[in-house]
Order: sequence, then C-alpha cells, then structure tokens
Amino acid sequence: MAVTTKKGMSIDDKLGFNRFIADEHNAHIILNEDYKDAAEIQRLIKACPAALYRLEEDGRLSFNHEGCLECGTCRVISGGKVIKSWNHPEGGMGIEYRLG
Amino acid sequence: MSDERFDVIIVGGGVAGSAAAYVLAKAGMEVLVVERGSTCGAKNMTGGRLYGHSLEKLIPGFADEAPVERRIAKERLSFATAQGAVTLEFGSEKLEDPAYASYTVLRNKFDPWLAEKAETEGAMYVCGIRVDDLIVRDGKVCGVVAAGEEMESDVVILADGVNSLLAQKLGMKKELDPSEVAVGVKEVIKLDEQTISDRFGVEPGEGVAWMIDGHVTGGNIGGGCIYTDKEHVSIGIVTTVGDIGYSDVSVPEMVDRLKEHPLISPLIEGGKMAEYSAHLVTEGGYHMIPELYRDGVLVVGDAAAFVINMLYTVRGMDFAIESGRLAAETIIKAKEAGDFSKAALSAYKTAVDNSFIMRDLEQYKKVPAFMERHRLFTEMPAFLEEVMEGLYLVDGNPPKKLTKKIMGAVKQYGMKNLAGDAIKALGAL
Repeated sequence: MAVTTKKGMSIDDKLGFNRFIADEHNAHIILNEDYKDAAEIQRLIKACPAALYRLEEDGRLSFNHEGCLECGTCRVISGGKVIKSWNHPEGGMGIEYRLG
Repeated sequence: MSDERFDVIIVGGGVAGSAAAYVLAKAGMEVLVVERGSTCGAKNMTGGRLYGHSLEKLIPGFADEAPVERRIAKERLSFATAQGAVTLEFGSEKLEDPAYASYTVLRNKFDPWLAEKAETEGAMYVCGIRVDDLIVRDGKVCGVVAAGEEMESDVVILADGVNSLLAQKLGMKKELDPSEVAVGVKEVIKLDEQTISDRFGVEPGEGVAWMIDGHVTGGNIGGGCIYTDKEHVSIGIVTTVGDIGYSDVSVPEMVDRLKEHPLISPLIEGGKMAEYSAHLVTEGGYHMIPELYRDGVLVVGDAAAFVINMLYTVRGMDFAIESGRLAAETIIKAKEAGDFSKAALSAYKTAVDNSFIMRDLEQYKKVPAFMERHRLFTEMPAFLEEVMEGLYLVDGNPPKKLTKKIMGAVKQYGMKNLAGDAIKALGAL
C-alpha cells in the first residue's frame, strides 16, 4: 500500500484502492460527442472527483465509466449538454465502497 | 417474487430506507427493501458524522451495539491560509449526553447493521438490484420494476438518495441545480487507533469533527473536513458544484491541498490509503425540498433534500432517519384506514413540517445565500491570520498597539464587509 502523504499520488493510484465491479458492456453515462463548448468541457474536467474526463491529444474528450464513483456531479453540471444520459449502473455493478 | 405483494416497497437501503423498514416491520407490515449496491451501504459515503438523537428514539442506546467509529468529543473549526490556520475548538462533557452525542460512522459498516436490525424485525432485503421504474396506474404508484420483474405494493417509499432519478421521473423532484448542491470527496486513511487518539488529543473511543474553511478550495464555496474514525481518518472536501471553475483548483486537487497543508499533513503522516470516495450533498436545504407525497408514494432522506450545511457542521443522516420513521408511521396509519391516497399520505408532510426536520431546515434557510460570499473563503482566513500574527509574532522589534494591529487587518478586509458578513452570519445561523 502506498503511503498517502507522499506528494503526487495520482488520481488513478487513489482509484486503485477502491473496489469496482466493472460493467464492461454497458456505460451508465453517455456523452454527446458533438457538444464541443470548451468552457463546459473544462468545467467537467475540473469537477469530476475521479478525473475521468480527459482531453486527448487530438482535442477529443475521453471518458472512462469504469472508475466512476457515481456521485452525479457531471450530470448536475452538464446534463443535456456534454452528458447525453446518466443512469445508475446495473444493480451490483460499479463502485463498491467497503468503508464509505 | 412477482406473485408476491407487499405492503410497502422501499427503494434504497441507506439509513432513511432502513429506518422506515425497521418501524414498518416492527408494526407487522410486509416490507421489501430493494438496494442497488451488492450490500447496504456499498453505494454510500458520508463525511461523516451521525447525530444520534433521531436513531436514539428508534433504538435507545444504539451506540452500544452499532458499529459507530468514535463519539465526537472535540469540535474544531479552522480558517486556513496556505501557511497556517486560526482554529476554534469546542470540547465539553455535554457532548457525551445521549441527547447531543454524535458519532463518526463508515457507511458500509453502519448501514448493514441498521438493515440487519430491520431484517430481524421481519423486513425483507434484496441487494444488487436496481429499480428501473415505478408502476404507475391512474396517477397512483403501485410498485416497482426491477430486473425485468414487476413487484406491487400499497406504498413505495423513495429512499434512493440525492440522485433520486425515480422522484425526478415522477415529476416530484426537479433536476438538481448546480448552485444548490455540493460534491463531497474524501480519502479514508488507515492509521492505528492509538496513533489517531494521540495525534488528535482524544481519549480512546473519542473523536474529532473538524471543518476547515479557506485555502483548500482555492476560494470556491466550500471547505475541508476531517473526521476521526476508529482506525481511519476520513479527510476530504465539500464544494458547491455551481462554483467549480471559480478558482483554478480542480476538485481532486482540493483533497490534496488539504492533505498537504502544513498543519494537517503531520496528522496523517505514515497513514495508508484505504479508499477514495465521492458523493453529492444537497445544500439548498429548505429551498429545494421536492413534493414529498403523492398517491402511493413518499420521499425520504437525501432524496427529499433533508440536508443542511451550516459551515461549522453538516447534518443529513439524523434527518434521514427521522423522515424514515415519520414515513413509516404515516403508512401504518394509512394501512389501518385502508387509504393510501395522496390525501391520506399528506399526513407525512404534516409530520415533517411539525418535526425538527423542517424547523431546522427553515431556521438555516439563509445559510446557502450567506455562503455565496466568496471572501469568506479567501479574505476571511487571511484577515484572521493577520490579527493572530499581530498578537503572536514576536521578533524583538517594538510591538504595535493591539488596536492598531487589529485595525490594520480590519481596514484591509473592509469595515463594511466585516460588519456585513457578521450581521449576515448572525441572521443565517
């Protein structure tokens, strides 16, 4: 286990301590890839606690639902804009907190 | 299962749902709780602290048997800059009194315990199943659709949390407004029990609840919070969703800013990361309460926006438990009368209105507007620091008069601003 006070632990490292039951077939969040407002996209990138929204080198917005903490922040910010649809994952799938 | 009919189906096995299930089952009603997590609590997180009073009514002396982490013995409120902080601490034997006692809890330990209490009374739980829809006939909610099956009941209780898509689908609740909701993010850090007690200066079994205004959010509305669990420290931030982007600091970075603060980092030094979690926290409180009842349906807990953030403390679970109890009692009476109509279930709203839930939400209804003063999170900590520096920094040069030291800081903050904030704070709190 990594010592947390070490500076620079990446968000991926942090997510690595969580238990996820990945649903490889269904994404519970679907993006509207045609929604290209840069300010909106920046807000999402800043907001996601798991930093799952990332800009690729080609400028495309990428998102990986498998590390999602299911908080709903992205839907509240950008529902109907960048976020085309948002649902809870299937029962028993997704984040499984052991402590919470 | 589809042939079976229940008196009540509860969507969500958090503390609101299980409090309702406990009361209903105890009264002999057929109750089904449907939880989408593989166990109750698997989808939940809290800062977090539970004020015990409402659960005390249901299960007197609950803290002796429940998996609570520590009883809060010290309350701290800090105003932090990058280099330091001014901290107010409150400790009192009164905090031990069951009437006031509060406890840190970890939800995937606590929620399964409460669910088990309800199961012992006869409630039935199915976990790992998401409720996809509600059965609605002629405007009356008659049951749920889950995993392709229909299950019917006289009443459905929506205890499905802050992201209650079901209440939204029914039109009872609007989509959350970014200005009325915050995101809470925390790390749970493992340290041994004695080390935590030593570092936070508490006796075994006792703990600290600590809110930290200022530096960590970079000026965004919100702040840091630290709660000592038994063998963990929960350390995180809460920040208003609509304010994200106000400063350059991203939400995940806020957690690191708290952990790396010079006054905080020694407290978690050597700790091991155990979990990283996030959850929405409703902050609009009184202003965002949805429709609470319709034909055959009631809304409780976070789904009903029964949460308040008062800056120095956050409350939600005590409201959730009380609302679950009140919903259950309403349904027990409705069952006696054989009437589950909107008119009959309106007794729930009346009960909520007459309870501490609505009284407290109303009392603190001006807090969200008060918190929109950004200088509380930027200039206020700097102002307090300057006053303290005036008092405590001694370098052998001739000291200035105390009044001069304070007035210098006040001038910088602006006398009008300071007076205005003080008056608004008194009005809101």
